[in-house]
Amino acid sequence: MQTFLEQLFIGLSLGSILLIVALGLTFTFGQMGVINMAHGELIMAGAYVPYVLQTKVGGALGGRAGLAFLAALPIGFAVAGALGLVMERTVLARMVDRPLDTLLVTFGISLMLQQAARDLFGASNVEVVAPSWLSGRWELLGVVMPHSRLFIIALVAVLVGLVSAFLSTRPEGRRMRAVMQNRDLAAISGLSTRRVDATTFFLGSGLAGVAGVAVTLIGSIGSQVGAGYIIDAFLVVIVGGLGKMRGTIIAAFGLGMLNAFSEYWTSASLGKAILFIAVIAFLQFRPNGLVSFQTRGLTG
Amino acid sequence: MSGLVVDDVRVAYGRTEVLFGVSLEVPDGSLVCVMGRNGVGKTTLLNTIAGLLKPQSGSVSFDGSSLAGVGAHQRARLGLGYVPQGHAVFPQLTTRENLQVVMERQGRRARAASLRQQDLDEVLDLFPALTTLMNRPAGLLSGGQAKQLAIARALVTGPRLLVLDEPTEGIQPSIIHEIEDTIAKLHAAIGMTILLVEQYVEFALRLADRYAVLDAGRVVSTGLTSEADPSAFAELMAV
Repeated sequence: MQTFLEQLFIGLSLGSILLIVALGLTFTFGQMGVINMAHGELIMAGAYVPYVLQTKVGGALGGRAGLAFLAALPIGFAVAGALGLVMERTVLARMVDRPLDTLLVTFGISLMLQQAARDLFGASNVEVVAPSWLSGRWELLGVVMPHSRLFIIALVAVLVGLVSAFLSTRPEGRRMRAVMQNRDLAAISGLSTRRVDATTFFLGSGLAGVAGVAVTLIGSIGSQVGAGYIIDAFLVVIVGGLGKMRGTIIAAFGLGMLNAFSEYWTSASLGKAILFIAVIAFLQFRPNGLVSFQTRGLTG
Repeated sequence: MSGLVVDDVRVAYGRTEVLFGVSLEVPDGSLVCVMGRNGVGKTTLLNTIAGLLKPQSGSVSFDGSSLAGVGAHQRARLGLGYVPQGHAVFPQLTTRENLQVVMERQGRRARAASLRQQDLDEVLDLFPALTTLMNRPAGLLSGGQAKQLAIARALVTGPRLLVLDEPTEGIQPSIIHEIEDTIAKLHAAIGMTILLVEQYVEFALRLADRYAVLDAGRVVSTGLTSEADPSAFAELMAV
């Protein structure tokens, strides 16, 4: 029972990390269909934001690591969002309906961004100082729950809430959904699909930046930090059903749990293999992912 | 000339030519119907007018100005309301959201909320059936309901030209009557200019002032519906 609860918490924690890194991808990949290989580097860009705030402008913040970390969440969103927006405007908008070119070009951008990070911040990994109020731990029923992990779970819950509210109540959110569901129909209804694409990409990239800030709580960061998460993030979005937030949430926690328990019963590498086999088997039965919308028409 | 003018338009998908120099006029205030068999290029013609397809040559102009280089969404803002074939709705948005999303489109000056509500009410008066379905995802509407929503969606933008692609296709007869009444009402009461593509000849001839018959990518016959002989269409429309 004890170990079960422990693994349950590890699974929940892993799931929240998977969800936070995949959330941005549900927009850029799930909704727009852009295979952005540089998504991991947007996470990386976000991860360096608290580092820069703590080391470069630390004086202005009176050396308060906690304040710098909190400020990094919105700033990380803006930095990664702006970076993504530049990518979308300058490169991706010219590659509509050319998925293979998009994949190669974004892979190139990802390498360039990694090198830029090495040039700017050095080749070795750096640490972000976790705020003091996140360094403690709780014990409940014998399960040790670090505050930092609980914070990530809470953060992802807040983000999901904000994003859902944005999509369902804001005009920009409605436009994003309309363009995703039927691009031509949106265009002939007077919606500028280019502008909506830019908004969607900004939001998806910005969320990657917030994920980057969050993962600094888990370990040290370097130019490779985003690359480590990218495969998992794509996996979650595909299993969840493209562009479906509900599916993404279920998939993230499902895969998190599966990973935690299979690693516990076997080993780290075998656990990962079990995860991939489970995903492949799952996609044989539900190639469209967990959540796919039913309509009365044949298409759509 | 005001209204829509299509002049010698040629369109191809890759190497396959579909329209071989089509010319068509839809004068202000008229109701023109384009008829033809399946696959003769009717929808291609409408998609070209709407800006979803680029012609190889020829031109489309609206109210005297050329639409070359004008994107589909800009054409909609100029007053071109297009209702494509089939389930032309956003399936995961509710009926209300389908209408909202086009009314609150970006780049439009904020108008008084009451005025918008008035636009919406006027359109919903034409389709009372929709008022009870406002919170249903549009993907779950029946074919007839979805068609009404699609027409309503085009109307709430306040178009000066309404383009309808086979509004009766796959729709039950009682709703065809409703749609026919609505089109007639729009044309008669507010003088809306309408371009209709239809295979249902009687329906088209009852509504339209003028007709054009398309066959194999060319206009093969045009005229006034009042002078048309319905039996003559049988041959042109036969599969």
